[in-house]
Amino acid sequence: MVSRKIEILVGFFVSLGVLALVMLALNVANTSIGSNGETYTLKAKFENIGSLKVRSPIKVGGVVIGRVTNISLDKSDYLPVVAMEISKDYSNFSETTAVNILTSGILGEQYLGLNPGVLIGESDADDELNDLFGQEKLKILADGDFITDTKSALVLEELIGQFLFNQGGE
Amino acid sequence: MIAVWQRLGKSTLERFSSIGRATSLLLGSLFSMPNIKKGTPLLIKQLYYVGFLSLTIVIVSGLFIGMVLALQGYTVLQGYGAEGSLGPLVALSLLRELGPVVTGLLFAGRAGSALTAEIGLMKATEQLSSLEMMAVDPLKRIIAPRFWAGMISMPLLALIFSAVGILGAHLVGVNWLGVDTGSFWSIMQAEVSFEKDILNGIIKTVVFAFLITWIALYRGYDCIPTSEGISNATTKTVVQSSLAVLGFDFVLTAIMFSS
Repeated sequence: MVSRKIEILVGFFVSLGVLALVMLALNVANTSIGSNGETYTLKAKFENIGSLKVRSPIKVGGVVIGRVTNISLDKSDYLPVVAMEISKDYSNFSETTAVNILTSGILGEQYLGLNPGVLIGESDADDELNDLFGQEKLKILADGDFITDTKSALVLEELIGQFLFNQGGE
Repeated sequence: MIAVWQRLGKSTLERFSSIGRATSLLLGSLFSMPNIKKGTPLLIKQLYYVGFLSLTIVIVSGLFIGMVLALQGYTVLQGYGAEGSLGPLVALSLLRELGPVVTGLLFAGRAGSALTAEIGLMKATEQLSSLEMMAVDPLKRIIAPRFWAGMISMPLLALIFSAVGILGAHLVGVNWLGVDTGSFWSIMQAEVSFEKDILNGIIKTVVFAFLITWIALYRGYDCIPTSEGISNATTKTVVQSSLAVLGFDFVLTAIMFSS
């Protein structure tokens, strides 16, 4: 017969183990982005992605709004295509949005910086303004759309090469 | 010449028959019909001996390893002005490698040797044979509860080890050396992924638990029933399971983390 004390101590042991798992899962590992976890995907084509990796963060003004989910090479022109998973909370980026590959600090990781460009207002005033100037209404980027305004990663070797070239020219 | 061949053949046959006996022990204890009503108290008792009593050594060594990692990591990272990366450094090394491996080595020394010695002594004092005389299957009654207790407690112990290690690193890094607590946790959360790091670590510990308990139980069950035989079997348990943990760790790491 197993004594009560042993049963209690084993229960304590098992709950301690489960507690450790919960702490590791919630506190140590990354939790999914966005409040409701729903996301949509945008794509962008770059000249050079530097050391951007899958799971690199996507930031607007330093706030993380999504992550890179896939990096592939377009077979027709051999340019890298980056797929970005962005939280549905931020789903009104216009087609003037620009995306740059930036580096956090000098030795830091590379991330994608989104620049929202012209914001699409919800009021009718903008529409009137657009009608006045005969502009087309700006489209909102939807799931699967490409961001066309992209700026590639800075590659240190190319920068140094350019610098040396300029020095030589003087 | 023929004598050399004979010796080679004999040792090969012995090796294979030993593997065969170990496998039949494993299958016999794994696939014997479990009796929930009678089996649960036995399992709980073994969980107490194998799991709960290993808690002290695992918590203390986890705490100190986390603290040492933080201290060493800080001195190196400080040179690059990257103290903030202390969190992911400690968390990743604990979750991926040190948690499973060090817990495995401690478990082999603390629980594996005890299992071998206990079962070996049972064999030497003919308790196993008397169980068989009473038509009680020793595989069911003695081996199976110990096997499952090892399989359950070792992953829990490794999780506790990693969690305590990270808290120890927080103690040294944040409270003592002055790393910013926000960057310690947030960079850790950005770098550590649940599927890739925590889940793979758990898979590792399950494999190690299987290896250690299997080796310990087999060595005890198969020992020569003398005092010398038991001491030999205990030594073999610790040596072989430690080597198995380290060897399989390399193989698993190569499969899991090299893309």
